[in-house]
Amino acid sequence: MAKRSAPEVNAGSMADIAFLLLIFFLVTTTIETDSGINRKLPPIEDVEDPPIIKQKNIFTVVVNKNNQLLVEEELTDISDLRALAIEFLDNGGGEGEDACDFCQGKRDPKSSDNPDKAIISLKNDRETSYKVYIAVQNELVAAYNDLRDREYMRLFPNEASSFVEANKKFSDPRTSPEEKERLSPKLDEVKLMFPQKLSEAEPSKTN
Amino acid sequence: MSKFKKKKGGELPAISTASLPDIVFMLLFFFMVATVMRDSTLMVKNQLPAANQIQKLDKKDRVMYIYAGEPSSRYTDKYGTQARIQLNDKFATVSEVAAFVLAERASKRQELQNVLTTSLKVDGDTKMGLITDIKQELRKVNALKINYTTRVGDYSQNID
Repeated sequence: MAKRSAPEVNAGSMADIAFLLLIFFLVTTTIETDSGINRKLPPIEDVEDPPIIKQKNIFTVVVNKNNQLLVEEELTDISDLRALAIEFLDNGGGEGEDACDFCQGKRDPKSSDNPDKAIISLKNDRETSYKVYIAVQNELVAAYNDLRDREYMRLFPNEASSFVEANKKFSDPRTSPEEKERLSPKLDEVKLMFPQKLSEAEPSKTN
Repeated sequence: MSKFKKKKGGELPAISTASLPDIVFMLLFFFMVATVMRDSTLMVKNQLPAANQIQKLDKKDRVMYIYAGEPSSRYTDKYGTQARIQLNDKFATVSEVAAFVLAERASKRQELQNVLTTSLKVDGDTKMGLITDIKQELRKVNALKINYTTRVGDYSQNID
């Protein structure tokens, strides 16, 4: 028998099959948002006697039910919040053992002693919108990140990266363990200079 | 001089569709890689607020999700427009959050049970009262690591 060449397979319906699969995946899957602002809630146990904190070391931020922002009892626009928070944290008004040698602020004795003592107190109403709350949180975290970036770049100029970038690299699972080990003390040092002391008021039962 | 033969008729040649499957397969692979399977149907409105000081969430097996927001349009007849919590596939009340967290925690591997993060996927228009209640419940069961899951964007998008 003469050898016959195999007939060509018709691939015309390939596109249809692929379209079918494509549409199936389009319908059943979502592009997941998997990033956000990380926060740590305080444990619930009551502190017996709360430490006494000087009023000048507290930076109060209140968001009322009309989504208005009160910073240190003054009506403020949210676009000014970051600058005000940086000014407060970086003030370094302390003397003696409270002195802050790396702060670049005004050293106003009426504002915070040093970044370690400075506490930002955030209070919101039950009627506050979540969007605005996130915007405020974002700006406060941004204030800390800006200051940490500044110190990280000052202390470790050869790293050629900011604190936020280094932190991202550190938490990336693809980074090698040696690299993480190298970054970890540097990150901790900067974190210790500007500890994120963001306290949220206990929800009051009355409002 | 048959080089310049006149073309017969004005018919257009058929466009080859031979590469169409390749194009579609390329799209298919893109979607397969870039997306994840939906594991619970969203029953609430979920327009997340925007933020730019964000960190990536942990691996998926270390995260549990709590959704909240107004019930989506097809549930408003039954559940009204008051913001609600969604756990897995059903609406829940604030008091069920603690049980949910404990059940989720028990379903994870031993070594992961202490590193779990709770991701709050809350609609931007929700009032803080509900979120404060959720946070109180989470504190009661010691699920202290939380993540306010947000879109990437400037904070000014949140203010209207």
